Amino acid sequence: MNRFLSRRTFSALALMAACAFGVTGAAHAAEESADAFIKRVSSDILDSIKADKSIHNGDVNKIITLVDQRVMPNVNFLRMTASAVGPTWRQATPEQQKRLQEEFKILLVRTYSGALGQVSDQTIVVKPLRAAADDKEVMVKTEVRGKGDPIQLDYRVEKAADGSWKVYNMNVMGIWLVENYKTQFAQEINTKGVDGLIASLADRNKSNARAAK
Amino acid sequence: MMRMAFQRTGLTAFVLAVAVLSTGCATGPNANPKDPLEPMNRSISRFNDSLDENVLKPVATGYKDVTPELVQKGVRNVFNNLSDIWSTVNNGLQLKGRDTAESLMRSVVNTVFGIYGIFDVATPIGLERHPEDFGQTLGAWGVPDGPYVVLPLFGPSTLRDTAGMPVDTSVDYVRNLDHIPTRNSAMALRVVDKRTSLLGTSNLLTEAAIDKYSFTRDAYLQYRRNQVFDGNPPDEEDLPDPSAEPSAK
Repeated sequence: MNRFLSRRTFSALALMAACAFGVTGAAHAAEESADAFIKRVSSDILDSIKADKSIHNGDVNKIITLVDQRVMPNVNFLRMTASAVGPTWRQATPEQQKRLQEEFKILLVRTYSGALGQVSDQTIVVKPLRAAADDKEVMVKTEVRGKGDPIQLDYRVEKAADGSWKVYNMNVMGIWLVENYKTQFAQEINTKGVDGLIASLADRNKSNARAAK
Repeated sequence: MMRMAFQRTGLTAFVLAVAVLSTGCATGPNANPKDPLEPMNRSISRFNDSLDENVLKPVATGYKDVTPELVQKGVRNVFNNLSDIWSTVNNGLQLKGRDTAESLMRSVVNTVFGIYGIFDVATPIGLERHPEDFGQTLGAWGVPDGPYVVLPLFGPSTLRDTAGMPVDTSVDYVRNLDHIPTRNSAMALRVVDKRTSLLGTSNLLTEAAIDKYSFTRDAYLQYRRNQVFDGNPPDEEDLPDPSAEPSAK
């Protein structure tokens, strides 16, 4: 019943999914600026969603393929998962860390796949960057413009060792994705441990998959 | 009207007080400093959810299926236009010159040329909405959020936003209509319209969250903070990256 759940939030989520995960294109030259990176990636992904009818119809497998091939290379998903899990991450075994990333990814892809169908005539406006040229971690603020009010969509990006940019957090209308999972993850870990969190994520994914059928 | 609104708040406060006393405050390792009333909030959330599932959602779904899209849009525009008038006042109270002027222009343009706001003619000519309520005004004046509160029927709020609500409702044009049947119908229609606009997202919340309650709470608190600062909250610290530690792998 709150405005923060309105339809424009929904299309923002679609774009968030599109932009964060739908990042396309080859790794560019090291000199690309963070805002140019976001701009290129967002435009590319918007175009490819608009061009593909089956994504509009919510074909989850197709979306997962798209995410794996063209999105994940531009996201530091290890860092996203680790910061959502918090300090406990360091105590987790490599196997647990791997499972956490897998299940978290499925959760995000599945929940946002329905939203991808909402993308229609939106465009992205990247706001002027406020960062020094040699900053390794930068916040890029953008605005999604389409029907209705513009939607705030911000990214945190980091410069990887090879000079390319990677997204490691994003927010829609002020709601940071990693922060929003942090409390829930901590709750699960406190009561049921790391394996309990993995099990909860897997359960959620299973029931989401059933609901989709 | 003002008196009635405050009476209602008094009642809400009483209900809250009783509920707090009977359920106690959250303690233990999972106690969240922003949410001392968690046990009570959770039970109110469950109440709201079941009310929504059984009454509001079916009604909204029916409304969406039966009513022509053009009519739905007109209804939404009328309510938006009414809230733009109140946004004008709140933008003014926050001394935002440009947003005040734009909100005022929006109301005038949409009321006159959009036939009482049925058509939104202001947006296409570049007058954007700047929705502000009294809770945001209080926030802009420096009043802290206070504890997170889930209100019966209204949903997520904070102590500050709850305190701002009687001011919002006391000047609410719809609530102050003199013809009671019209007033009640208009208020019901507004709720249905709101819920209809959320049909797409409510499932997403359920699917994205492990614990829907805390997910909604954290999202709401972040969202409101962002609104108070108009999209630029200060001193947002970056979360540490545990995977960067040498002991990570």
